[in-house]
Formats: sequence, C-alpha cells, structure tokens
Amino acid sequence: MQFTFFHLMPYRPLDLTERHKHRAGWVVLPNSLYDPKKGADEYQSYIEQLVYAEKLGFDVIAVNEHHQTAYGMMPAPNLIAANLIARTSKAKIAIIGRALPLVNNPVNIAEEFAMLDNLSRGRIITGFVRGIGNEYHSTGINPFFSHERYQEAHDLIVQAWTKPGPTSFEGEHYNVRYVNLWPRPYQTPHPPIWIPSMGSSETIKWAAAPERKYPFLVTFSGRDLVARYLNLYREQAKQFGYEASADQLGWATPVYVADTDERARQEAKAGMETLFNDFLAVPFQMLLPPGYMSLPSMKNTLKMRKALGAQKRHSIDELMESGTVVVGSPQTVRDELSKLRDATGAGKLIVMLQFGVLPDDLTRRNMEMFAAEVMPQLRN
Amino acid sequence: MPGTETKHKVRDVNVRMLRGGSGPPLVFLHGANGLPVWLPVFDLLAKKFEVFVPEHPGFGSSDNPAWMRNIGDLAMYYLDFLDGLGPYQVHLVGQSLGGWAAAEVAVRNCSRLATLSLLGPAGIRVKGMPSGDNFIWDAEESVRNLYHDQSIPDRMLAMPVSDEQADLMLNNRFATAKFGWEPRWFNPSLERWLHRIRIPTLVVWGKNDKLFPSAYAARWGERIPGSRVEVIADCGHVPAVEKPEQTAKEIIRLYAGTR
Repeated sequence: MQFTFFHLMPYRPLDLTERHKHRAGWVVLPNSLYDPKKGADEYQSYIEQLVYAEKLGFDVIAVNEHHQTAYGMMPAPNLIAANLIARTSKAKIAIIGRALPLVNNPVNIAEEFAMLDNLSRGRIITGFVRGIGNEYHSTGINPFFSHERYQEAHDLIVQAWTKPGPTSFEGEHYNVRYVNLWPRPYQTPHPPIWIPSMGSSETIKWAAAPERKYPFLVTFSGRDLVARYLNLYREQAKQFGYEASADQLGWATPVYVADTDERARQEAKAGMETLFNDFLAVPFQMLLPPGYMSLPSMKNTLKMRKALGAQKRHSIDELMESGTVVVGSPQTVRDELSKLRDATGAGKLIVMLQFGVLPDDLTRRNMEMFAAEVMPQLRN
Repeated sequence: MPGTETKHKVRDVNVRMLRGGSGPPLVFLHGANGLPVWLPVFDLLAKKFEVFVPEHPGFGSSDNPAWMRNIGDLAMYYLDFLDGLGPYQVHLVGQSLGGWAAAEVAVRNCSRLATLSLLGPAGIRVKGMPSGDNFIWDAEESVRNLYHDQSIPDRMLAMPVSDEQADLMLNNRFATAKFGWEPRWFNPSLERWLHRIRIPTLVVWGKNDKLFPSAYAARWGERIPGSRVEVIADCGHVPAVEKPEQTAKEIIRLYAGTR
C-alpha cells in the first residue's frame, strides 16, 4: 500500500458558539472570527506535521484547496506545496486537488503545477476536483456549468502538459489562443492526476477510461459506500477491457490510533465531531447548488434526504459505526483498514491524522503510532 | 375559470402552455418558480385578453434543449415564439426572470409588441443595492422572502409536495441557476439598450420586495422612455400573486391607453 498523510488545515481556534450563529462555517462566516496571529501559529504547526510525516515514512504528503471557510485554510494550496518542497526531499507532494471549474483560465493551474514539478524535480502529484458546492457561492461561478467547465479545464491542462506548444484550445467556456507552457512539467508525460470524489457513477466511468486510468479516491464516506464505489470502478475497468490495478483505487479517511480502543475514542471524539458537525456541515442548498450534481443524481439525492429526515449532529460512535472514520487501538485500526483493503483491492490509503480541533500533541502521537504500528503491517 | 393546458411547439422545442380568455393576445412570461398552476391574475386578465402562458424551455415539463444556454437564447426563442402565434400585436408581460426575458425581447425587436409590462423584473443591477441571495436561502426562506403577507407562504408551505412536483421544482431551480447565477440576475449590457423599447411600457414593483429592492423600479423607469412606474404598497416580489387585482388593473390600464 501507498500511504498519504493528508491535511485540511482547519482553523482550530474558531469560536464554535459564534460559528453556529451563522448559516455555515463557509462563505458567510464573518472573517472577524479569524485571528491572524493564531492563524499563523496554525500554519506553522500544520506544516511541521506535514514535514514530520516524511520523516515517519509516509510516501506522500498532501494538501488541498478550499475557499472562504474555517474548514481548511488553503485557498492557495500550491503555496503550501512550494514550502513543503523546500523542507522535504523524498516524499511525493500531492495537491488533491485544485478545483478546476472555479478558475477562468485553467492554463494558470497547468503552469503552477508545472513549476512545482520542476522545483521538486518530479515529486508532484496533482488532483483534479470541482470544488465543494459552497465554493460556487463563494466564487460566483455558475454551478450549472460545473461539469462542462471541469471537462474542458481538464482537457486544456492535459493538452498544455503534453502537446508541444504553442497550441490553441477551443472550448465553450475556455477559449485560449496560445497554450505554450514555460516551464513544461518535469515528469513525463505529466505529473500523476488523482481524482478525489464523493463518488458519482459519471465520474467513476470517466476516471476509469483506458486513456486516463486516473486513480480514484473516495473521500469522507462510510465503509459500505467506499467499497461500493471502488468496486464500481473495478467493474467499469473490466467493461473497458482491463483489470484496475491497486494503484488506481484509494480512499481517504480520518484515522485515530491510541493504546486502547476506549482511549482512542475519547481522545478523537472532539476532533471528529467538530470536523463533521462544525467545520464541514453546511445547509443543503449550499452544499449542492443547482447543477453541481446532474439532474437525475440530484433527484435521487433529494428523495433519499426526504426519507432520512432532518440532519442532526453526528456522534463519534455513529461515525465509527458507519466506518466514516477509523478509531481504535493499533489492532482495531489495522483490522478495519485491512478489511476494507481486501474487500476493494485498494492500494492507496489517504489518512487524515489531524482533524477538527484535534490538538498538536495528540496529532503527533497519532502520527507516530500510525507510522509505527499500522503502516508497516499494512504495507505488505 | 382555469385555463386549458396545451403543448406548443416552436421549431424543435415543445413547451407546456396554459391559455384562456378571449381578446387581443397577451403573453405572460413566468418567473423562476415556474408555472405550477393557472393563477387568479390570469383569470382577471382573461376578461380582456386571450392569455397565453408558456412554460419556459427547461422549466417544469417543457423540453430542455441543449442549445438554450443563456438569457439571450431565451429572448431569441421568444421572438420565434411570437412569430409562431400568428400575425398579431402581442401584449407582453413578464414576472421577475420572465420580466428580464421580456425586456431582452423588447430591446431586440419591439415590432410584434403592443405593450410591455414588467413585474419586478430581473435583468439590471443597481450598484450599492444588491439583490437578495435566493440561491443561499433555504427552502422555507425561498418562499417566505418572496411575499410581504406571510399568510401566503403559510398556505404554500402547508401544502404537501409530491415526488413528481419536487422533480419539476428541481428542473425550475436548475434552469433558474443557468440564467441567473452569474452575473447574478443581470445582463451587463441590457441596461444600456433599454432606450430601444419604444412601446407603452409599465413597470410594477412590490414596495417590500426582498429579492430586488423596489429602488430598482426607478432605474427601469429612467431607462425606458415614456414608461410608467407603479410601486405597490404591502407587496413583496410577486405582485401578480400578492396583488392580482391591482396588477391586472394596471396592465389593463396600459392597454386602454393604447386604444
């Protein structure tokens, strides 16, 4: 297995009482609640954790992009990646991902990734996402055209990386006369592209297509859904006439390890519950603006939601029960992760070992225990 | 008296259309919430006019052609639509999104229009007076914020919504986002061409509109030569629903002035 240490960089000093006076921890949360001095400390802690992950033997250290939110302090994740390049030497650095439809010229994304790839001498992994629904509110980009913009931006970036320039690109949303990257990417034909997704059959089919074979990462989902989506990818690959490799299948999950199950549960509780209930939770109309999902998918989602009833707070026990998070003793965590690995054939595990308000000391211990008592046993 | 429901085809697009009454033709362009039912205001208008209420392409159960990409496409579609109605002068009325479409039609070509009535139309921006963010409102706010008299949303929200209705509402929401999300509820070039509307024009606004502030009414009035602005007291974003008598009366008065 390949192990990725992933960070969201939440703003932990957030006043949670104030937070709940607002619609969400996104878009409309007043930024007077952000204290730059505390924020600077957060950046420092988190970057140290990412650098430490390399020392602990993680194969990949990873960041991602979110806007106008306390959930993640990386509106420009490439800035963090550049910092990590200077402070590490062997770990791959993954930016999973950049939200393609949110920009008006995707060539900028192609250029920045190419720069990072040169600076790191080929240690960059990229991720292509559409951004979370909230980000169509914060950027103003029309979610109705989200899928179209994503496809076009992807095609444009790959063209920029692979076709000798200058070329031009003629799309509905992006029309660029000169596509001619200086610098070109360091890796040939280009840095790997991973596709993190909450899972949709359209995305799975697209990622699995033989001309792409992009690794597909299921994020923040219960174990049944993770298994279902990864097996869907394998099925899809078979229909395309090939066997999906372990490298193409991954899942991303928050993990907490301590000596005993009970201790792990107690120490992880506040972090996990704040992650899902205070940082991530947003009203439906913000999470899924019109067009973010296809019309048929949205109709199904609405029916499921109607059947489920009103959204309530998730307890750590529910999150553990559904396998959305993995918490316990080294043995418990190994069992849980290897069970899912064996059920899906997944070869990539993306773990979030800092989550919600989890403090630095517990994060560090979690990282050390995971690296010493889970990672080596799962590697083979 | 409820209108009759028909299908109406223009080129490759079939839309659902309600119609009723007799007299000179009046075409009513609905707003973002679509065309669920025949409204009392249509009955009032049907006493003077033959009323046609098409459901926009992409809304409700009307066809959703892939080429319909923006408000300009919708305007051009309605120019075709008017040609298809026959060689008549038409009284064009539009509510909110439909008012925006009606204005886009009129700046392109007024030759088929006898009068134009804009009811709380989208389409222009007045700097410093942002529209309400209907896309961030939740389902209940989206109904409540449209009306001044809260007994109207009380009644609407108490009605059960079938799965089929929920699907149609979602079609409406998608189509609305396509036209109105960005730039939010306006076309930057529309305002500078409003002087081309050289037919009798009425602008009706609810004084208590929470989506588009009633101060917008004056800007429309300034830009359309000779237009008349009526701001209705105790009325939210949808005068046609909240004040049907007054709305119909003003439209009929506009028509009377042309005779």
